[in-house]
Amino acid sequence: MWTWYHKLSSPKWFYQLSGQWLPWIACAAVLFLGTGLVMALAYAPADYQQGNSFRIMYIHVPSAILAQSCYMMMAVAGGIVLIWRIKLAEMVLKCIAPFGASITFLALVTGGIWGYPTWGTWWVWDARGTSMLILLFLYFGVIALQSAINNTSGAARACALLSLVGLVNIPIIKYSVEWWNTLHQPATFKLTEKPSMPMEMWLPLLIMVVAFYLVFTVVLIMRVRNEILEREYKTNWVRKLIDPSADRSIKSSVKNGGE
Amino acid sequence: MYWYSIKSMISRELLIAVRYPAEVLNPLVFFLMVVTLFPLGISPEPQFLAQIAGPVIWIAALLAMMLSLDSLFKNDFDDGSLEQLLISPSPIVMLVLVKVITHWFTTVFPIILLAPLLAMMMQLPDEGYRALILTLLLGTPVISMIGGIGAALTVGLHRGGVLLSLIVLPLFIPILVFSASAIEAANMIMQYDGQLAMLAAMLVLALVTTPFATAFALKISINN
Amino acid sequence: MYFDSFEAFLAMGKHGVYVWSAYGLAIVLLSVNVIAPLLNKRKVVAKQQARLRREQQKRASN
Repeated sequence: MWTWYHKLSSPKWFYQLSGQWLPWIACAAVLFLGTGLVMALAYAPADYQQGNSFRIMYIHVPSAILAQSCYMMMAVAGGIVLIWRIKLAEMVLKCIAPFGASITFLALVTGGIWGYPTWGTWWVWDARGTSMLILLFLYFGVIALQSAINNTSGAARACALLSLVGLVNIPIIKYSVEWWNTLHQPATFKLTEKPSMPMEMWLPLLIMVVAFYLVFTVVLIMRVRNEILEREYKTNWVRKLIDPSADRSIKSSVKNGGE
Repeated sequence: MYWYSIKSMISRELLIAVRYPAEVLNPLVFFLMVVTLFPLGISPEPQFLAQIAGPVIWIAALLAMMLSLDSLFKNDFDDGSLEQLLISPSPIVMLVLVKVITHWFTTVFPIILLAPLLAMMMQLPDEGYRALILTLLLGTPVISMIGGIGAALTVGLHRGGVLLSLIVLPLFIPILVFSASAIEAANMIMQYDGQLAMLAAMLVLALVTTPFATAFALKISINN
Repeated sequence: MYFDSFEAFLAMGKHGVYVWSAYGLAIVLLSVNVIAPLLNKRKVVAKQQARLRREQQKRASN
């Protein structure tokens, strides 16, 4: 178990394994995203109250779910950074934040686009939307801190601590925002939640959620691999990997693009 | 043994506050000015002001605190005494807590003392005063302590000021929510024990957790 | 298939603008997230190769 764990945390091992897996995960992501999009746009029946605007849900809900679990994963990576000081976790931490922020942004904007035809307004200060906005602020904080510190591993450790503090605060923020919302707004703006969605409605949603997670995995792996090339320059295996004189295919690519 | 270092730290902080009164006075003046902007910017109508008085004073206090939090560890970092503190044999967590509390006492407590005056100018109903002071007394230490983590993380950075606000302001939202609602409830002569209990719970939670995080953050920043 | 015609599919029953802009934004954001590391990889590799070459030249001249 522990040898496996240490192996997993070695950048070289991760680079090789992820290189083998990446095409398959990318294929799965394209497949799921394609199927999900077609089903969501063309095959799912329209909502009897909201009409076709409810199809935005298939973007909005997966991005909202992913936005929250991205922060969770970032904080977990942060915990690993602080406890075991694993370099790979530092890279993961750094690479999750921008994606998390963009997917939170997507959730917010699609929420607005969905809200306008449904409620007649782009933005309401409801509990979920407001929590989402605050989550975006938390991401911005981590990204800003990351970019302000020059020392790579120091930046990672600072961001790790900040994301953990954020993680502890998220339930408190959520609770307070929900409580604030019940005080200030009668819950008139509520989604028409039906107890049971028919299968042809929730199946696309399920597929889209999986698709979003797969895209996230692909992006994360690609970013971490770049980060490894950037930070592990001193190691022999990276030098061998990028050395133009060692490999003809890379050499030609350098001649074409490098100079 | 470390009572001595705690005592010397308190006296040192107080001495700095006396020697450099600007550190104390500037946030106070800022607080006064920000609150003044609201009647000028929105409406001087007493009934309207009475409604927004509590939250406005709270937000202004929050912003004023952000100004002073920036300097929490900065001077000690610049003159190297922070490093001394971290390698000293005394328990760092304890010293950090003492430092944050002393800093709260010298820079935030004056803000709380000034708050009733501003509340009067903002036409806060008589019922709201007690809630305003109680929420400030319970809430601002939490802000100091959470802000202390941010101040510790940004202490060595050149552009620390704005960054500090950026990373800690979202974390203050629960305190603002419960404080504002306590004052609102008080204005309407309703119970607000629940909100005070929430603030007290957050204070206790912050008291037992944040010193560790701040000490840890200081170590990270020193090594950068 | 839920829609009768391609026009109906595009119109989305009066909600076309909202649905398509939401999906369009999603596709754009996801593609940017995918393309950015792809471009970045080329940059990183070129940078590190240049670094490697500099070091090799230095070693050769010594």
